[in-house]
Amino acid sequence: MATLRDRTPAVPHRTTSGGPPPPRRVPLPLLVTGLCVALPVSLACGAGIGASGLSWGEALHYLWAGLTGGSIAPDEVSSYVIVWELRFPRAVLAAVVGAGLAAVGVAVQAMVRNALADPFVLGISSGAGVGANAVLIFGAFGALGVWALSMAAFLSALAAMALVYAVARTPRGLTPLRLLLTGTAMYYGFSAVTTFMVFAAEHGEAARSAMMWLLGSLGGANWSSVPIAAGAVLGGLVHLGWSARRLNALAMGDETAAALGVDPGRLRRELFLTTAAVTGAVVAVSGAIGFVGLMVPHAARMLVGADHRRLLAVAPLAGAVLLVWVDILSRVVLAPAELPLGVLTAAIGVPCFVLLMRRRTCTFGGA
Amino acid sequence: MQVDIDTVTVEISGTRLVEDVSLRAGSGQVVGLVGPNGSGKSTLLRCVYRALRPTAGAVRLDGDDLLAMNTRESARRLAALPQEAVAEFDFTVAEVVAMGRLPHQGAVARDTDEDRRTCAAALEGAGAGHLAHRGFLTLSGGEKQRVLIARALAQQPQVLVLDEPTNHLDIAQQLEVLSLVRASGLTVLTALHDLNLAALHCDLLHVIDGGRIVTSGAPHDVLTPVLLADVFGVRAHRVPHPETGAVQLLFDRLPTQ
Repeated sequence: MATLRDRTPAVPHRTTSGGPPPPRRVPLPLLVTGLCVALPVSLACGAGIGASGLSWGEALHYLWAGLTGGSIAPDEVSSYVIVWELRFPRAVLAAVVGAGLAAVGVAVQAMVRNALADPFVLGISSGAGVGANAVLIFGAFGALGVWALSMAAFLSALAAMALVYAVARTPRGLTPLRLLLTGTAMYYGFSAVTTFMVFAAEHGEAARSAMMWLLGSLGGANWSSVPIAAGAVLGGLVHLGWSARRLNALAMGDETAAALGVDPGRLRRELFLTTAAVTGAVVAVSGAIGFVGLMVPHAARMLVGADHRRLLAVAPLAGAVLLVWVDILSRVVLAPAELPLGVLTAAIGVPCFVLLMRRRTCTFGGA
Repeated sequence: MQVDIDTVTVEISGTRLVEDVSLRAGSGQVVGLVGPNGSGKSTLLRCVYRALRPTAGAVRLDGDDLLAMNTRESARRLAALPQEAVAEFDFTVAEVVAMGRLPHQGAVARDTDEDRRTCAAALEGAGAGHLAHRGFLTLSGGEKQRVLIARALAQQPQVLVLDEPTNHLDIAQQLEVLSLVRASGLTVLTALHDLNLAALHCDLLHVIDGGRIVTSGAPHDVLTPVLLADVFGVRAHRVPHPETGAVQLLFDRLPTQ
């Protein structure tokens, strides 16, 4: 490479007066280790905390029995079922959903180059909701059995993304601003469709569960719902991790990405697919839980910086831990009633969002 | 490395933005594209750094067809500073420069010592070594441009493509950026607005108007009062630079209506 050192610039370079100090960051290994310890502890808490009067010792005993396949006395079966068949799969699913939402948030934010974006802003979550509610209320896709809900959510998320993409696209390409505006409009459209289906539902119980589901709930969690969701989230994480460097380039702009050898159109299409798959899988088991995909990537960015290689190591773990605790809270705050998860994430998320808007001069991606 | 643009045409939604443009930048030459706004300079450059696929024609690097290479391969030979507002993510300067290594790295490989050395050298080379730990968004316009040049150098390219690299910079920063580019020794293809800067820094100028090349040659031969009246619609006088003798232009005020 040619060196430029022998050439002094016309004027010695000036520094911006009193520039802010370098961003202070938490060492990555420390943070990841901390989160890797916090996650199993949180999961155990998810199994141990709840409305029925089980002691911690008992809960951990049943959890251990479940994990190791140990034996329990016949009179303990109902308690064992509470811990191993209800609470623990629910905590695991919360972790999967939290990790998925955080990862998708990172992907969407890089895709539209804006830290205020999440799957909701692009209409993906509400699109997935249309499919999932069609299954819940009308029994659509019945032939697919246990896969019906996930497949319907995935397919409608994909259709929603394709629609947003097709509408936002211009002959000159896809600008983040158009994508965001189109996504927001579609979000209202899809929400309206879901609401209509809820009102049109014949039996009240389906409508009630659909309403609950609109605000997010893990109340229906059991072991059978874990594999599909976990598979989709893991697959998504692998793809995003694989693309971390390209995400950095994309975050700097389409032109820059192209100049760095990354095809922005192709990367965006890949991200569309991954985002739809993960969002579909997550929405199918938990409903529409807002703000996790917005807050967690942002918080992670403040801790480790914007480099997606670090971001994708931290955000999913943090999202998992956060949602396990949000779910625990949702079960104990108004026990024995359950609070929808969306209420709690909004309670934490809205103030964060406002702070975020105040801190930054938000341009919403520019055009 | 020699760049050949061979009868490139770009058509977007029925509009011809670039028509039949051919030009050559010889190895190590600094070649400027000048022309009014909307004349097709950026569109042409976007074809060279592969943000846009030409409708017809080819771009060749030392005779090799750019479009036949995969994008990583071409990014190892050719780096660019596109004209674009940068995103709001707060990357550090070191992270921005490290992106220049992308075409050289595997998807999940860690940064090697060589990557780190190359980035450090590129930062020093662009006179931005002292900025390494700053947040990119906190930099001044001139500092940002230095860092982006460092990122381009970290690509270890042989060709550098710049789209209006002096936009929004004060005069000292403009001169700094262009002297950095000139000193890189790379083959440079740059769009420039300021004709006097172009005359001072370019070996060869191509004047583009309405998507076509109007004339080409050394600044001294190209920047004539007749051409400036035809293409830019302004009246100008030529004076030699008192020290270097390079042609410089003095523009007349438009007649008051």
